[in-house]
This record gives sequence, C-alpha cells and structure tokens, in this order.
Amino acid sequence: MSPLLATFLAERLVRLSGVDLAIIVFYFLLVLGIGFYLKRFANTGEDFFLAGREMTAWVAGLAFVSANLGSLELLGWAGSAYQYGIMAAHWYWVGAIPAMIFLGLVMMPFYYISKTHSVPGYLKLRYGTEAAGLSAVTFAVMTILMSGVNMYAMAVVMKVVLGWDINFSIWVSSLTVGVYVAAGGLFSAIFNEVLQFFLIWFGALLIPILGLIETGGWSGMVARIQHNFPGQDFTHMWAPMGSFANNPMGIHWTGIVFGLGAVQSMGYWTTDFLVVQRVLSARDIRSAKLAPVIGSFFKMAVPLIVILPGLLGLAVLTNPDGSHMHLVPESAVQAGQHSYNEVLPLMLARYCGPGLLGLGITALVAGFMAGMAGNVSAFATVWTYDIYRPYLNKNAPDKHYVTMGRWCTLIGLIISIGTAYLVMNFASIMDYVQALFGFFIAPLFGTVVLGMLWKRVTRWAGFLGLLAGTTSSVTMFVLMKIDPERWVRVFALSPLAKGLAQDMYQALWSCVTCVVVTVLVTLVTKPRADEELVGLVYSLTPIAHEEHATLFHKPVFWGVAAMGIFVILQIIFW
Amino acid sequence: MSEKHHIIPVWFFVGLLLFVYGILIFISGIAELSHPPDTVLSNLHAPVWWGALLIVLGGAYLFLFRPGKNA
Repeated sequence: MSPLLATFLAERLVRLSGVDLAIIVFYFLLVLGIGFYLKRFANTGEDFFLAGREMTAWVAGLAFVSANLGSLELLGWAGSAYQYGIMAAHWYWVGAIPAMIFLGLVMMPFYYISKTHSVPGYLKLRYGTEAAGLSAVTFAVMTILMSGVNMYAMAVVMKVVLGWDINFSIWVSSLTVGVYVAAGGLFSAIFNEVLQFFLIWFGALLIPILGLIETGGWSGMVARIQHNFPGQDFTHMWAPMGSFANNPMGIHWTGIVFGLGAVQSMGYWTTDFLVVQRVLSARDIRSAKLAPVIGSFFKMAVPLIVILPGLLGLAVLTNPDGSHMHLVPESAVQAGQHSYNEVLPLMLARYCGPGLLGLGITALVAGFMAGMAGNVSAFATVWTYDIYRPYLNKNAPDKHYVTMGRWCTLIGLIISIGTAYLVMNFASIMDYVQALFGFFIAPLFGTVVLGMLWKRVTRWAGFLGLLAGTTSSVTMFVLMKIDPERWVRVFALSPLAKGLAQDMYQALWSCVTCVVVTVLVTLVTKPRADEELVGLVYSLTPIAHEEHATLFHKPVFWGVAAMGIFVILQIIFW
Repeated sequence: MSEKHHIIPVWFFVGLLLFVYGILIFISGIAELSHPPDTVLSNLHAPVWWGALLIVLGGAYLFLFRPGKNA
C-alpha cells in the first residue's frame, strides 16, 4: 500500500452507519432484481440493443440526460466549479442546450427514419463501410476507455470518502453492472438510468438547499467567496472572458462559443452514440424529437446540484482548526489536503448525517454504475452491429447477435477493468475525458452533419474528412503535451490557455479540418444518385410534421421555450 | 412483442426506491432528534422532512404506476 493511499484510508471523510449501508445494499438488490426481471423481454436484437423501440418521450428523455449525468460528471464539474467558478456552468448551458435542441428538431428524424441501430450505422448507410468502420472502431475504443475512467473515478471516491478498498469497489460495481446489462440489455440500462436520475437529484439537492441557508442566500454566498478569494471573479459567466488572463479558466469567449458551443457540444450531444442510443429507443418519431428537448430542461437545472455545491465549497469549507480550506489539484494533494474533485463529498459530509449520507453516497454509486452501463451497452451495440456483423459474421440469425451482445457486455467490462487499472497513474480525470472527446467526437460531428444537410458529399469525402479530423486532433493533443510552450500559443491562440481551453480549440480545429477536407474531396469525386440518399439527407427526405398536433404537443414549441430559458440564464449570470 | 406491453413501468420502481429510502431516512431522522449528528445545520432536522417528502412522492408513484393498474 502506498503512503498516500494509507493516508487517505486513515483520513476517510465519512463513516457509514447501519442505515446508510442498508440504503446502499437495497439499491444493489433493486438493480439486480430489475435486470433479472427485464431479461425475459430482451429476446430480439431490437429488444436488447434498442429496448424494443418503445420508450416514451419522458423515459427516453430522462435516460438521454441521465446517461451524461454520471458521477464523473458530478464530481468533476463540482470540482471545476470550485476551481473555475460559475464559468463551469457553460458546459451545462451553451455546451449542451443548443446542441440538444438541434439533435431533437433537426437530426433525430434522420437517425430515426433510417432505422439505424447506431451512429456508425447511419454513416454506413450515408457514406459506406470506410467512414462507418473508422467511426465504429474509434467509438468502441472511446467507450471502453470511458468506462475504465468511470470505474477508476468511482474506486477513488469510495477510497477517499469511505475508505473502501479500490479493488473491492471496481469488482463489485463491475460485476453488478455486467449482470444487469447482460440480462436486460438497453432495457436494463435505461431503467437504471431513470432510477439514477431520481437518486442523484434527491441525493444531492439538499446540499445547495442547506448551503444557501447557511450562507444567507446567493448574495451571502458571493460575499463569502469574495472574502475568501479577494480579487478573483468566480460568479460571472461571460463578463471575465474578454481576454485569456481575466478568468481562472484561462479561456477567451471565442473558445466557449465556437470550440464548446458550436463544435464540441454539437459533436457530443448529436453524434456520441452513448446518448443518441437512448433517443433511438423512443417509440415513434415525435417521441424521438421530443426526448432531447425534455432532456434539455433537466440539463439546464443540473448546475443547481453540481455547480452550486462547488461555489458553496468556495464559501463555506473550513479546516478542523476553523481556517478556510483551500482545495488543490489532484496531482498536488499532500497529507491532510483534499483535491478539487472531492468538493462534493466534502459538502455531503458537511450537511448530511446518517440516512441522508447513505442516500448521497448511493447517488454517487448509482451514477458511476449507470455511466458504466451506458458505456458497455453502447459498446456492445457498436461491436455487434458495426464491427462484428459487417466484417466478421454477416448472415447469422438474430438470436446469435443477441448472444454476442450479452458476451460483449461482459468482455467490454473486463477490458474496462483493465483500463481502470491503467489510468490510475493519470493525473487529471477530466482533462483525460475531454481529450478523448476531442479526438473522436468533434470531427465526427462535421462528417455526420455535412452528410445530413448536403447531398453532394461523397463516400470518400466522408471517410477522408473524418480521418483527417481525427488525425489532426490527436496530433494537436500530442504536440501541446510534448512542447506546451511552443504549441499551446499556436493552437489555443494564447500561451495562457489552460487545459479545458486547449481542449476547446483542439475540438474546433479538428472539426474545421474535417469539414475542409470533406468539402475539397467532395468537389473532386462523384456523388451518389439522389434515390440512394432518400431518408438520409435533408433535401431528399419527406419529414412528417405535426400539423394536427396542438401547440403544446409540438417538439418545436418546447425547443423554442428551452432556448428562451437558456438565453435568460445567460443574461442573469452574465 | 406483445409481452413487452406488460412491462412494469419504470416509474413503479422509482416509487419503490423513493418510498423505501423515505422510510429509512425518516426513521433515522426521528431517532436522532434527541442526539443530532455532528453536521452543520443539524438543528433543521433535514432527514425528517426530506424523508417525509420521499415517502409522499414514492407513495404517489407506487400508487399511480402499480402493476396491473391498466391491465
């Protein structure tokens, strides 16, 4: 055992009581029970991989937003809020809402009408096997790495907060997820994501409520932050972004608007199959369009339980001697100190006694497990339908693919466990995740959206654009890591740009590279016939509109309402 | 395929989870009324009213989405 680990074990944040353990055990029993119950309904490929395509808009919408509401998100962004202030909320608002609305109102009809099982599946129909194969392989790698990151993050939290053995946490959670996803497929994953959604809200909502009571409301909290950190602006979102030097994130507004809002979030929310798969399970096209819009309302509210606790941590956290507590980066933690990522557990321990503590810890465990389940269920689908079936075994019966999906779930988890042990030495979890998104997701958005909106784009243009974008992304990442003094100023436009800012510009340039290469190759290659693209491209696809639906039943009405609230929030916290 | 229409709604499981947790948290809140835990604002007895809220919401979901209601 390392000295650092021994220190953590000695300084665990909380001790669970009998009622806390009962709450945790009940959760494990319930999800396993649900998995076994749902196994009887997951017999065909459509059942196992797409939950029978019969989820309501509400269930699909909650699962859609919940698939992104894992504990890595909660802990990481609460830590980012402590580190960067309310600017971290950009990842929930400009970095999510416009993209979710765009997915629902513009892109979902094509995914749904084409009856694809996955995003690589859409690329196969639109471009052919080259782009689809590249996308499938990169996605499979990304999901497994993400799942490993999730496991590692959970094990660290359990170690720090509860003193649990790191191996125990990894294996118990993995086995549970493996059993319930292998049994019920996407049915199980979605059911548990909906449970997790409620758990996280009811487990975490008391922190901001009690925190604001303690500080005397928002203005009291701001006054305390200014007292604890004089001269630093943690409570404005846009005002400090006129230059790289004016804000703790070291980012310019162009990075947020174009890198995050226009590229990275669009890429993540519209082409990351993990979240899109949840919407594909919707029972009809109106539900599929409405689900991301419903999700956007809940996504807008998430900063209440993630960002606000981070800000409250800046205001109220104290050491045992009463002095103000300063959290530090993960890589700089000394004995007796805590990292940014621990701000949420610290706040939980501050306000929650027996019972409520168990609920909060269960919410974190549920978030981790739902994140793993999301990754392995998406991995099983992409491996089975986009790699195994087209390249290895084309003509097997449907039942064979369901069996393959079940085995993939377990094998994917085993690879994830290996990944978890590999990433234990990586310094910053969130930077790692952001880097992964930048590699694959940003260029993929360029490829998918060009293919949907421009019928002229050709087979080789799609493949070469995606390849060029992904390659450029990896190249920029490596160069900025090897020689940051030289390359950060080139790619991120300023030597002051920090990790998240670098990721935003990396995503932006990789998407631009993808689009430029796609357009250039398109102009010198022969397009496909129009009749081959019906149902895949905007100008050639008749999309059913809801002329006879009332205003309140139209997805576009709720999409506009969500955008209105989004704009108001930007103005309030400007 | 028709069997799928008899799946117990996910909302029932949500209700079950909230209801059981509400009872456990409410009882622990009552038990600690005389010996509040060493947490900030423990004088507000959050487990009592939070547990009660979970019981009411969980109970409502259990009732509204109970198995066989629409059979």
